[in-house]
Amino acid sequence: MGLPTTVFAYLVKRLISAVVLLFIITAVVFAIFFLLPRLGGASADDLASRYVGKSAGAAQIHETAVRLGFTDPIWVQYGRFAKGLVAGSDYYTGAGYDHCPAPCLGYSFITQNPVLPDLLDRLPVTMSLAAGAAFLWLLGGISTGVVSALKRGSFIDRAAMTTALAGVSLPIFFTGLLSLSIFSYGLGWTAPGGSYTPFQENPLMWAYDLLLPWITLAFLYAAAYARLTRAGMLETMNEDYIRTARAKGLREHDVVVRHGLRAALTPIVTIFGLDLGLLLGGAILTETTFSLPGIGQYAVQAVANNDLPKVLGVTILGALFIVIANLVVDLLYAVVDPRVRTA
Amino acid sequence: MTASTAPSPDTAATRGDALLRVTNLTKHFPIRRGLLQRTVGAVQAVDGLNFEVAKGETLSLVGESGCGKTTTGRMLTRLIEPTDGLLEFEGRDVTHISMRQLRPLRRDVQMIFQDPYGSLNPRHTVGTIVGAPFKLQNIKTEKGIKRSVQDLLELVGLSPEHYNRYPHEFSGGQRQRIGIARSLALRPKLIVADEPVSALDVSIQAQVINLLEDLQNEFDLTYVVIAHDLSVVRHMSDRVAVMYLGKLVEVAGRDELYTRPMHPYTTALMSAVPVPDTSRRTKRERIRLTGDVPSPINPPPACRFNTRCWKAQEVCRTIEPPLVELAPGHQVACHFPENPDGPAAGPVLLDTPRTRDDDATA
Amino acid sequence: MSQPSKPTTEASVAAQPDTSETGDRAGRRRRKSAATVNALDGIGGLGAPAPDSFLSVRDLRVHFPTDDGLVKSVDGLSFDLSRGKTLGIVGESGSGKSVTSMAIMGLHKPGTVQMTGSIRLDGQELVGSSPEAVRLLRGKKMAMIFQDPLSAMHPFYTVGHQIVEAYRMHNDVSTSVAKKHAVEMLDRVGIPQASSRVDDYPHQFSGGMRQRAMIAMALSCSPDLLIADEPTTALDVTVQAQILDLVRDLQSEFNSAVIIITHDLGVVAELSDDIMVMYAGRAVEYAAAEEVFERPKHPYTWGLLSSMPRLDRARIDRLRPIPGAPPSLINVPSGCPFHPRCAYADRTGGLSQSQRPPLEEKAPGHYAACHLTPEQRTAIWETDIKPTL
Ligand SMILES: Nc1ncnc2c1ncn2[C@@H]1O[C@H](COP(=O)(O)OP(=O)(O)OP(=O)(O)O)[C@@H](O)[C@H]1O
Ligand SMILES: Nc1ncnc2c1ncn2[C@@H]1O[C@H](COP(=O)(O)OP(=O)(O)O)[C@@H](O)[C@H]1O
Ligand code: SF4
Ligand code: SF4
Ligand SMILES: [Mg+2]
Ligand SMILES: [Mg+2]
Repeated sequence: MGLPTTVFAYLVKRLISAVVLLFIITAVVFAIFFLLPRLGGASADDLASRYVGKSAGAAQIHETAVRLGFTDPIWVQYGRFAKGLVAGSDYYTGAGYDHCPAPCLGYSFITQNPVLPDLLDRLPVTMSLAAGAAFLWLLGGISTGVVSALKRGSFIDRAAMTTALAGVSLPIFFTGLLSLSIFSYGLGWTAPGGSYTPFQENPLMWAYDLLLPWITLAFLYAAAYARLTRAGMLETMNEDYIRTARAKGLREHDVVVRHGLRAALTPIVTIFGLDLGLLLGGAILTETTFSLPGIGQYAVQAVANNDLPKVLGVTILGALFIVIANLVVDLLYAVVDPRVRTA
Repeated sequence: MTASTAPSPDTAATRGDALLRVTNLTKHFPIRRGLLQRTVGAVQAVDGLNFEVAKGETLSLVGESGCGKTTTGRMLTRLIEPTDGLLEFEGRDVTHISMRQLRPLRRDVQMIFQDPYGSLNPRHTVGTIVGAPFKLQNIKTEKGIKRSVQDLLELVGLSPEHYNRYPHEFSGGQRQRIGIARSLALRPKLIVADEPVSALDVSIQAQVINLLEDLQNEFDLTYVVIAHDLSVVRHMSDRVAVMYLGKLVEVAGRDELYTRPMHPYTTALMSAVPVPDTSRRTKRERIRLTGDVPSPINPPPACRFNTRCWKAQEVCRTIEPPLVELAPGHQVACHFPENPDGPAAGPVLLDTPRTRDDDATA
Repeated sequence: MSQPSKPTTEASVAAQPDTSETGDRAGRRRRKSAATVNALDGIGGLGAPAPDSFLSVRDLRVHFPTDDGLVKSVDGLSFDLSRGKTLGIVGESGSGKSVTSMAIMGLHKPGTVQMTGSIRLDGQELVGSSPEAVRLLRGKKMAMIFQDPLSAMHPFYTVGHQIVEAYRMHNDVSTSVAKKHAVEMLDRVGIPQASSRVDDYPHQFSGGMRQRAMIAMALSCSPDLLIADEPTTALDVTVQAQILDLVRDLQSEFNSAVIIITHDLGVVAELSDDIMVMYAGRAVEYAAAEEVFERPKHPYTWGLLSSMPRLDRARIDRLRPIPGAPPSLINVPSGCPFHPRCAYADRTGGLSQSQRPPLEEKAPGHYAACHLTPEQRTAIWETDIKPTL
């Protein structure tokens, strides 16, 4: 019925615009990170001074600035960066040239290595944190929301919504440190933080190390999702089609899940996708609190060291996540809401 | 659209001066797609209307949903700008006049909306709502705005004490009265009423119809009434214009139209009206249209009614029937009109007054 | 509060005591058990249900406690309906039509509603029976179609899926068998190319097709009772005519009992065998359709008829509306609830203001709730009303 072609055309269109968008984002991010210091009054030499020894003279600093390309106009620098993204590039380290293979997200002159491999090393940690937390918060948030909506005004509803309010308003480092001190240091039930075991090495240890970070992060999001689900359910359960479902004689369970929740979940899909994309923000706090070697922690260290290429790399990776998440959300939306795909 | 004839000078003469005249009035809404929002087609909501409204008369626009009645009404009040054609009010071309020039027109032409719930701002008091036109037009009334608003409320059958109440405190019929009071504030010459009673219950509907009639007599108003209920239309109108898919298919005086509908679409509409009389259940011979109104994006060629018309011939699919005067003051756009030789005696004639004996034996 | 048992042949039934006004809760409970256990005679102004009646409702009361007070949406309603017959329920917005139909279907949310009286479907009492028992009847024995077919269908499931769901709920068949049945049903209600349209979503259907699909869904399990609540209000007159034809055809094919609810007297005249006119949660007139249109006996019915412009009569210069607006159902006027709007309320010697008129048989099979004497009624109808319609 022409459906696959429609979906395919839609997909191609969305992919093209995603690629275009990514390039625009890299350009903007690049401009921000390389223009900001200049606007702050720093010259190319000032920037280069951080990459040479303390005793270096002005001429040496200037030479370094030229070698690093800091004296080139911004678009030349961006061109270099963009070329690196596509074809890889070579960076001068003072001792020689270091190759940064494509896609080159930048090169840190401080630690003298390309940024991307660092990020890829740390990605599994952040991904594990995000996936586990997302699973928990979806499960907890949505079921709490449904129960609250169905038992509207009851004790359960009010207790759940008060907890949810606490969840959205308490900062992560507070709930994180609190749970650490109770469950790890106090009761000794969970890992004390600072360790991470890759999943493929030992799944049980992986889960053990991540359990508390998961719960802490999930609590924040579950609270928001419980409120969203509750509001969505209250609305959909008043729809005419719910009355129709009951009039057909369906079991109440099917009415709630297949008709009510099915519709209430649709907007949540969007928000979930965006949240996953934006999770980096949540991950920074969680990883710092629990000393997990993920991308969030990496970003914090890069900022502390004023290592601009790393910060730029993290930012672009984050943007990539958000763009991908958006794309997935749009596609998912076309899957869950037939009105989008067959309009 | 070249096929329609200009409004007949003959009929205009019999009705006195035209307050409003439209020539080839057209509204196409562009359909935009894609990243660049390219125009890929158009909704031909209204396509080449020609008619005029005489001072003091009530002209009704009828037709199925989506046939362009509201769009026409919104063009007449210049809430939207026509794509093409000419719109003249009191002999002045107002088709494309600017926002600033529109101001005096806004005083003379007012609109009443269908939904008495949606068209009143729930956060404003009745006084603010009804007094808004004075403020918008910067008008000082002799007695002060409050007094004038209270007079208006009394005029439409509400109490002056309702001044400080909010719309949600009123019933549907009362809300429609508030809307009418607002539209009367500036003493307009023409009121375009879009389905003014469709959302109301039958007893309330009758109250509002009577109110509109009284106001027309008192202030010498001219009405363009948009409606889909043919019984209400017959009651309210002097002349009726039947629309189908953005075109006029028949325009005639009320009695002429109801005793001698000539366009097949009009006869089908009349035949579909359920009448509150069980004895007609079996007696009436019905014309049943099949299917729905086609899309105004790709309307059928030539006669737009040809996909649903039981009289359609090849010519209906190739040559567009022009709107021509087939009887005095009676314009029809059809190659094979019904009742060409005079009033119908058949099933479409619904208003033969029945005698008492009929009732007794029924 | 036990009601004396009256022989059903007697023309007039004793005035119906209004328990809700006296607040006699115990009495109401006793009466409910009497209604469910005992014969249904005398309650609500109608006699015992006719032997062939498939649905009989007696003294149905549906009240909603709210912050503003008790909303008496339905307050003492009784009627009968046989297989193959159609009952039309008319009344203005808010008169309790939908609440009545939802009560029969058992769709009111338990806990938010106080429901008393009796609803017997094919001999089975529905008021007070377990929600599960009523659920199993829904869709199978009784089905319903609603006013706005777009919002009444789930936007995320195909039309076919929604019919299959209804069919498989009550029939132990495979999805493919149910799907075939769905196509047959869609075909039966006049959807062209049913075998491909079955996979469309509701928004891809036009308004008329959606209502046809709703009807297909409602009839998929061949219910004995079909309730249509304003099935054509959202539709154009041409499509309305198609849908009414369809309902009529299907009814004779399935021999089901049909309740059609509308505020349009024209629509009920097209379909109904019997008509019940409701006002403020009560029946004010209940009779065969011809009776209601030819010899209406209640001032409210007269008012409705005088209010509407009619295509089948000569055009009259001025409509004669009922003054005022329907009352709040929290503070229903004393006596006859219609008295503040009734032109004849002062002709009953104060009875209209003080006593609630019972629904009485004013002529064989013709019930009305009004204090006017037969002479007054005939005189008013013949001289004031009938000539002006
Ligand atoms: N759940 C509820 N809680 C409180 N009041 C209710 C509830 N449902 C209905 N009512 C009230 O019951 C009365 C009758 O409602 P109902 O929907 O049956 O009217 P209706 O005759 O169908 O009107 P309409 O033509 O507008 O659909 C109204 O006053 C309504 O406000
Ligand atoms: N703003 C708009 N954009 C696109 N199409 C429109 C717009 N407004 C109206 N239409 C279309 O124009 C046609 C006529 O609409 P309308 O005048 O509202 O019909 P009616 O009042 O007879 O129900 C319909 O097909 C409608 O969908
Ligand atoms: S022109 Fe042809 S198709 Fe159109 S209405 Fe007349 S007979 Fe029917
Ligand atoms: S009882 Fe009285 S108020 Fe009620 S309808 Fe009859 S005459 Fe009118
Ligand atoms: Mg409209
Ligand atoms: Mg209703």
